[in-house]
Amino acid sequence: MAWFKKHRMPIPETPKRPKVVEGLWLKCNHCREIVYRKEVERNNKVCPKCEYHFPISVAERITMLVDLGTFKEWDAGIEPKDPLVFTDTSSYRDRLKAQQEKTGRKDAIVIGEGAVNGRRIALGVLDFSFMGGSMGSVVGEKICLAVDRALVSRNPLVLVTASGGARMQEGILSLMQMAKTSAAVARLGEAGVPFVSILGDPTFGGVTASVAMLADVIIAEPKALIGFAGPRVIEQTIKQQLPDEFQRAEFLLEHGIVDLIVERKHLKETLTTVLSHFQ
Amino acid sequence: MRDYLEFEQPIREIEERIEKLTGSGATRGSVQDEIRKLKTRLAHTEIELYSRLTPWQRTQLARHALRPSVLDYVGAMCRDFVELHGDRAFGDDRAIVGGLARFNGRSVMVIGHQKGKTLKERMQRNFGMPNPEGYRKALRLMKLAEKFKRPLLTFIDTPGAYPGIGAEERGQAEAIARNLLVMARLKVPIVSVVIGEGGSGGALALAVADRVLMLEHAVYSVISPEGCAAILWNNPAKAPEAAAALKMTAHDLLNLRVIDEVIPEPVGGAHRDPHGMAERAAKVLSAHLSQLEELPVAELLARRYEKYRRMGAVAEPPPPAS
Repeated sequence: MAWFKKHRMPIPETPKRPKVVEGLWLKCNHCREIVYRKEVERNNKVCPKCEYHFPISVAERITMLVDLGTFKEWDAGIEPKDPLVFTDTSSYRDRLKAQQEKTGRKDAIVIGEGAVNGRRIALGVLDFSFMGGSMGSVVGEKICLAVDRALVSRNPLVLVTASGGARMQEGILSLMQMAKTSAAVARLGEAGVPFVSILGDPTFGGVTASVAMLADVIIAEPKALIGFAGPRVIEQTIKQQLPDEFQRAEFLLEHGIVDLIVERKHLKETLTTVLSHFQ
Repeated sequence: MRDYLEFEQPIREIEERIEKLTGSGATRGSVQDEIRKLKTRLAHTEIELYSRLTPWQRTQLARHALRPSVLDYVGAMCRDFVELHGDRAFGDDRAIVGGLARFNGRSVMVIGHQKGKTLKERMQRNFGMPNPEGYRKALRLMKLAEKFKRPLLTFIDTPGAYPGIGAEERGQAEAIARNLLVMARLKVPIVSVVIGEGGSGGALALAVADRVLMLEHAVYSVISPEGCAAILWNNPAKAPEAAAALKMTAHDLLNLRVIDEVIPEPVGGAHRDPHGMAERAAKVLSAHLSQLEELPVAELLARRYEKYRRMGAVAEPPPPAS
């Protein structure tokens, strides 16, 4: 054994230019104010100026909703295929590979079981960072698998969404996931198993027009953009500027489309109360 | 007067020459010979052209202004049609029509998108793009069909659900979702036919069925080729490429097992012989309906559920080594 040990010290790369404060500050997606990142993070990723709820990662979402140490993931290994051999400016296969490397996930959803203040639930969380949380065959299949398990255990199903809609690269098969997941939710309803959806920013297209809108109780996060058609498509179609708060959660609440808007810091507590009424 | 599409120019040229020669009134043998020759060439050109349509050309044919609509099919296939209007809550969306009709001796509920033919009618029908009240009218009629145990026939032909302010305010997404859920469990046989354009969720909201059929030149897709090109290519002019990539033709969908049968069209498309087309479609529809009517309700629903449950393409992980 040596008396002295030489620690290898890697030479730190000298930054060419003093780093811009990027990362320290954030621009709010809603009020456009510049806010201190740390403050946002301390505040459940909520804008301190306007209460806009920033998108959060799947892991953060699970930590926020589920009792510590109770979450068990299901079917993490199910992978997407490329049924259309789809290529636009790059191939679907390459896009998938890049997204899988970026997120460490096979596709845009995590399903599993956990407890919310002791109440067992089946949980699905869409991952917006994986191809915009788009619903292709894997997302559809895993929602159905979560429903299947909820049918057996009779535990409530909770689905947290953040999605641009159907996944174009799987063409008509993506569209069919809307029918497939809606059929599964129909069976859940017939069996009397409760289903709560929590709509995050943004939730659009094929996800809104299927499972998300079919829950027994629909909760939206403050200021979340939720709708069928995206605002740009609507603007181009009607050739008018859209009203300011169009398609925000508050707009949906006013028009009777969602049941309630719940701030992130009260989400777990509210979910617990809602589920307690279905016991 | 025919309405020629861009790729139909070769046909237009030959037809115009025939017309000119016929119009000249010449009875000389050489002229008659020429006409005969041109007609043979026309037939060959047509068969050649329409047997090798690109997906984009098919899309144009599926959107043809003269393409037969649900009301044309009902008029040709059914008797005693009574159109039923309105969602009993907000209004009557004329982009969707529905009602009771007698088809091969039995009463059925018929629902379909209606684009309209003249510009005025197209505007009244919002170019076949329904608002939530249209889907809710359809929902009401589906439940009526279920209550009186009448099979449901739906005809799909829409660019998509309407993207508008009012549509969002009245819950376009919920209206579509509700139809998917109800159709998945409706206790009567459902047969859907895509007769023209199957535009995304707005089409699917009438097309969750025990059997889904498509006319040969119809298209059915998660997004329009123009929309897809604008998003993925950043260039709407790439629509022909997008149409091919999306695999949206009848034969593509048959290969992907999303539909059950392709109904052949007359040469040049359904609008060239609407009556022949309706007769052929009626035969196929009737055969499927008769098969479904023999199934007990529980079996019908179980099969419908399984059919959709299997849709999609996923790779299961290899089983863990033990």
